[in-house]
Amino acid sequence: MAKSPAKSLSVEPPVTNRERPNEPKRFEASKEQLLEFYRQMLLIRRFEEKAGQLYGLGFIGGFCHLYIGQEAVAVGLQSALDGEKDSVITGYRDHGHMLAYGIDPKEIMAELTGRAAGISRGKGGSMHMFSTEKKFYGGHGIVGAQVSLGTGLAFAHKYNEDGGVAMAYFGDGAANQGQVYESFNMAELWKLPIIYVIENNQYAMGTSVNRSSAEDQLYKRGESFRIPGIQVDGMDVLACRGAAEEALAWVRAGKGPIILEMKTYRYRGHSMSDPAKYRSRDEVQAMRDNSDPIEGVKKELEKLGVTEDQLKPIEQEIRRAVNESADFAEQTPEPDPAELYTDVLVGTY
Amino acid sequence: MAIELKMPALSPTMEEGTLAKWLVKEGDTIRSGDILAEIETDKATMEFEAVDEGTLSKILVAEGTDGVKVGTVIATIAGEGADASAEPAAAQAPKAEAPAQEQKAAESDAGEDGGPKKADSGTKQLASDKAASVADPEVPAGTEMVKVTVREALRDAMAEEMRADGRVFVMGEEVAEYQGAYKVTQGLLDEFGAKRVIDTPITEYGFAGVGTGAAMGGLRPIIEFMTFNFAMQAIDHIINSAAKTNYMSGGQMRCPIVFRGPNGAASRVGAQHSQNYGPWYASVPGLIVIAPYDAADAKGLLKAAIRSEDPVVFLENELMYGRTFEVPKLDDWVLPIGKARIVREGKDVTIVSYSIGVGVALEAAETLAGEGVEAEVIDLRTLRPLDKETVLESLKKTNRMVVVEEGWPACSIASEIVTIAMEEGFDDLDAPVVRVTNEDVPLPYAANLEKLALITADKVVAAVKKVTYR
Repeated sequence: MAKSPAKSLSVEPPVTNRERPNEPKRFEASKEQLLEFYRQMLLIRRFEEKAGQLYGLGFIGGFCHLYIGQEAVAVGLQSALDGEKDSVITGYRDHGHMLAYGIDPKEIMAELTGRAAGISRGKGGSMHMFSTEKKFYGGHGIVGAQVSLGTGLAFAHKYNEDGGVAMAYFGDGAANQGQVYESFNMAELWKLPIIYVIENNQYAMGTSVNRSSAEDQLYKRGESFRIPGIQVDGMDVLACRGAAEEALAWVRAGKGPIILEMKTYRYRGHSMSDPAKYRSRDEVQAMRDNSDPIEGVKKELEKLGVTEDQLKPIEQEIRRAVNESADFAEQTPEPDPAELYTDVLVGTY
Repeated sequence: MAIELKMPALSPTMEEGTLAKWLVKEGDTIRSGDILAEIETDKATMEFEAVDEGTLSKILVAEGTDGVKVGTVIATIAGEGADASAEPAAAQAPKAEAPAQEQKAAESDAGEDGGPKKADSGTKQLASDKAASVADPEVPAGTEMVKVTVREALRDAMAEEMRADGRVFVMGEEVAEYQGAYKVTQGLLDEFGAKRVIDTPITEYGFAGVGTGAAMGGLRPIIEFMTFNFAMQAIDHIINSAAKTNYMSGGQMRCPIVFRGPNGAASRVGAQHSQNYGPWYASVPGLIVIAPYDAADAKGLLKAAIRSEDPVVFLENELMYGRTFEVPKLDDWVLPIGKARIVREGKDVTIVSYSIGVGVALEAAETLAGEGVEAEVIDLRTLRPLDKETVLESLKKTNRMVVVEEGWPACSIASEIVTIAMEEGFDDLDAPVVRVTNEDVPLPYAANLEKLALITADKVVAAVKKVTYR
């Protein structure tokens, strides 16, 4: 049988001789680190499954965008950040990023059910959650807004000379918004410390990347602004973490912004009301079977001798925490009617 | 025959300027396109370019002369290789005029054909510098007052707040090296440096978002829009990001930011550059909206806006930038947000207005006083939150009300005031409230149509007569 020509797997060489970040290496995690990745990703998965269930039962209203399938991205990237000084901002698919930041699942779930104990006191909902304490700046419902806002956070880091880096997540859909490029331009012009993370889950609601993007290799979208980009396997938490290390090294060295395109996949519809008829069930199943990020970590753990039995207590603990958050979110009271008028303005005039 | 070079107008509203510098001297050969001189106003500096060719025969206005009226002959050129007798009369040959602007000026000077007068504009009927006749109760008795333009007052407010708080910075198009498109930020770059006075690319949506994000990250941005017409590109961040986040986060995430710039009709710039966004922003809970009239309010309210923990839309008016008013000489002149001010007292009718409309209202009140009608004029100053109390108190006294707004009538601040009078002051009304607003059309370019579209003091006088049944 004739040999087929060797196919290069590496990304095309850069077109210019400008300095580029190194090709990221897959992160070499210790057993403890791997177990922590596994725990966080499983927490997101189980939490989102529960949220989907509560939505079906009518406890959660409005829009609810689940992160199932994309867990490796938030967990891998955020594990590399310095929680003391770095800031994170994202769009409306934000539950996973908050859980990856160690925010109490009860507060998140209670926000989803619109209760006073929710992280936004029930006034934000699924798409509008924040934790200034954790430097998590939302949770924004307008597609692409977080890119300019995140660039502003990076501006503040530079202005304050606090050594912090902003990480702004957005999807392949938002990557076509004009303000993304306005922000890219300013970020590179002013060498702002920001990592732009394009979570390419391949569908902007129902429109595939190929149907919406003239340049579908989204990591290249910064080229005309001289922002380097790296394409990353977003289904592999170790690849995600490795890319984050490289991106952080670049940004912390004062070299300006960088783009990470995370190739990932969402198993569920765009939101709970999306039947996802635009793709085949086989496509989704193939992803689940071959590329599931949690199964991937499990395999890594197996290599280190961690058995299925040893993982059981972690899974049980997560189930317990998620169930507890759901019970809490169902039972804790709605906001006091007087809350309707609070928080409109900070000052009294 | 000699060709006369006349002082050009750099803008439709310019009446005089400074002949800053001659770049040629008598006897020089002038070619079309040569830069002859630099002309300055408080708003802009411009090069004065030759259209005609010949020899510069005489400089009539020396460099450094201030207050040179538009249309004044500043120099003469002897036509190329010809003496006076060989040239046709300049007046019959418009081509023999010097720069393009001057040609326009000359035509209108001559024009008795019913055409527009020189650099005419409907905004002339707006640009009043009528001062309040009632002292601001916020000013301590015995305070020295100094004459300051609105432009300088705004700049001083920013400079003082920037000195006091390192988190405050200014960002926008041409705010730094150009010294501000309308020179409002003049001198700030020199004092505060490029870190705090930041030129942006032309990218309103982007920098409004960057500013909003920086405010969320703990800074105190002042975002200048070259005009609020361009803020339409950025309105998403002003409303969706800045105004709503505090509420959506249950009070966790603040956004102390000021969006400022000129708003409302400017002179002869057509529909896309002439619009009052006051009613738009004032309809949004979560925003503070301020629209000052005079220099003292511009300064005191901008300082308050910068200190506010809430997002502020601060609506200035280009036509007012050059107007001079008295400003109290105090180390820290800060006004309360959300308080209207009675700028003229009267007992027969209440005229409510804000921003440039206040001058029109004051002018009308003066005319009315001559006819025995004492009008009380209220300057709202803040459009959100609206000071209903001051309006209703005045209505209680006068029982009649006219609202004056340089803006469209539908869904306006005037509509809101009328509603408040209906809902909360009905028993005090002796006549229906009448609105005086711009016509319900995009602002036209033609001078005569522009005049028809905008409010005038005469229209206010007529409205007052209507509500007082005179």
